Amino acid sequence: MSDVATKRVIPDRLGTKTSRMLASWEVLLFGVAALIFIFNSFASPYFLNAWNLSDATFNFTEKAMIAFAMALLVIAGEIDLSVAAIIALASTAMGAAAQMGIGTPGLVAIGIGTGLLCGAFNGLLVAGLRLPSIVVTIGTMSLFRGISYIVLGDQAYGKYPESFAYFGQGYVAWVFSFEFVLFIGLAIAFAILLHATNFGRQVYVIGNNEFAARFSGIPVERVKFILFLLTGLMAGVAAVCLTSRLGSTRPSIAQGWELEVVTMVVLGGVSILGGAGTIAGVVIAAFVMGLVTFGLGLLNVPGIVMSIFVGLLLIITIAVPIIARRIKEMNR
Amino acid sequence: MNRLLKNREILLVVIIAIMVAGFSTRAPGFASPGNLANIFNDTSILIILALGQMTVILTKSIDLSVAANLAFTGMAVAMTNAAYPDLPLALLIVMAIGIGAFLGAINGFLVWALQIPPIVVTLGTLTIYRGMAFVLSGGGWVNAHQMTPSFLNIPRMPVLGLPILSWIAIVIVLGAWFVLTRLPFGRAAYASGGNPTAAVYAGIDIGWTRFLAFVLSGALAGLSSYLWVSRYAVAYVDIAAGFELDTVAACVIGGISIAGGIGSVAGAVLGSLFLGVIKNALPVIGISPFAQMAISGIVIVLAVVFNARAEKKAGRIILRDRAAPEVSA
Repeated sequence: MSDVATKRVIPDRLGTKTSRMLASWEVLLFGVAALIFIFNSFASPYFLNAWNLSDATFNFTEKAMIAFAMALLVIAGEIDLSVAAIIALASTAMGAAAQMGIGTPGLVAIGIGTGLLCGAFNGLLVAGLRLPSIVVTIGTMSLFRGISYIVLGDQAYGKYPESFAYFGQGYVAWVFSFEFVLFIGLAIAFAILLHATNFGRQVYVIGNNEFAARFSGIPVERVKFILFLLTGLMAGVAAVCLTSRLGSTRPSIAQGWELEVVTMVVLGGVSILGGAGTIAGVVIAAFVMGLVTFGLGLLNVPGIVMSIFVGLLLIITIAVPIIARRIKEMNR
Repeated sequence: MNRLLKNREILLVVIIAIMVAGFSTRAPGFASPGNLANIFNDTSILIILALGQMTVILTKSIDLSVAANLAFTGMAVAMTNAAYPDLPLALLIVMAIGIGAFLGAINGFLVWALQIPPIVVTLGTLTIYRGMAFVLSGGGWVNAHQMTPSFLNIPRMPVLGLPILSWIAIVIVLGAWFVLTRLPFGRAAYASGGNPTAAVYAGIDIGWTRFLAFVLSGALAGLSSYLWVSRYAVAYVDIAAGFELDTVAACVIGGISIAGGIGSVAGAVLGSLFLGVIKNALPVIGISPFAQMAISGIVIVLAVVFNARAEKKAGRIILRDRAAPEVSA
């Protein structure tokens, strides 16, 4: 749809303009986060409390872990809608293993391993067979969660070893939970991977122009496969954290998270058409979404109404820069 | 190309026939005309929604908000019926189609005027519309005893051996066939998905075509909302949750290319029937209904693999990539 619009703009100016807009995108988003923070602290007396804020981070840390990998995938021009289903399957696998008496290290390995396997399956279909990722992952989304339903039906797994609870309920120091520290660590790792390595450059090139990437000798298929593997890995890690936090597994676990993860990525300024985006943006977007849901929660707003705000946030944050650009063009 | 598409539909018919034959060896009477009519009736709503989804997909877009649209509109219609039982049914149906079309128009407008990618728009409106259904109902249910008898019974009334619900689906199928193959809009829809650049040069307004496709999809979701609420005799926030994926799956199985521009009405109908037969067969042959999700997942993946091979043979992918840089839906 953009091929009509792009013709009016001189290509090399478009590049600098986009990067300039992106540079301010994070700033804008940060402003939104600050505003929500200030608004919340006035709206509820319970908001400005270190422990409450620490609790609030659980709203987004698990989703954000996946969002980092998803951001890379979207920048490369692909998408993975099966992430929430991978969580369900990984959690089910861990649950089944826990019933057999396998200890915590084994459970973590099984959860992460299941995530990797699912990611490899997606990667094989998309990169290996060159299929469109959006339909493939809609299919595998049904498949992965479907397997959980076959295994569990309307039952649930509950008996996890006590030491397993640390990943979702433990604290590293003071109010900083294990999940939050892991979230920060992964944010740094993914920022380095995307912004400071050859691999990261290749991801951008593939997203901007796959043909040029191929002609430049970039192993497009291998990069895409690795990205799906990474996404599966992060879904596995998120599954460990979430299962540990909830202490039980149902096949409906993490239902609908794929949409929230994609929302987080897009809100973070990653172009859904590929080729642009930063990890910093995703991190701030994670905070924005966490603060919104936490603040609304303190005001006793039901979860489904919160989702209206998240949906509006998604559309408005994308629409506003577009409208602003239109107005600017009109005035020129 | 045409012959290939025809092959595809014949193939689907054969597969569905084999499935029905296979199931009837396990469960005698599965292939009886009465049961087949039942399956068709059961699949009617999916067929209607899949045709709307197909029109949107043809224009290189996707509508993930159909099920949420259905939930909101269904709730609105059911509450109106409960509050004002004297309103004629025809008015309620017009209202359902109107609300649905309006919600579709919001999607279409955002895609058309602001050029936001359709997947982002409908991902957003999916949560918004379902949230609105909650706001509208306050989380409450509208149950069968609150609905008027005519509201509940008319889609079930048999006419010439088939319930009216089935006849509505048949009329919509014929209508969709007419619109997509005999009207300028249909040609525009195929063109703006198959080769957007060429479509612009041919004087087709791609944005307007996409807008109309979303309005059509919304209107069909609105109509389906009444049919759904009346069929299951209940309206609550979570009705049809996740059904948008079934509509996409029906399209993919029916050979409609997710990249736009390829597909037929017969394909969408057969894709829906394929899912409908599986859904109805599982309990009959003693497979847990919990297995249905995994099975449709496998079917979707296989269908995508198959589609990609069929499209490659037609040599269209190279053409499309050259003419218009890939704009993912």
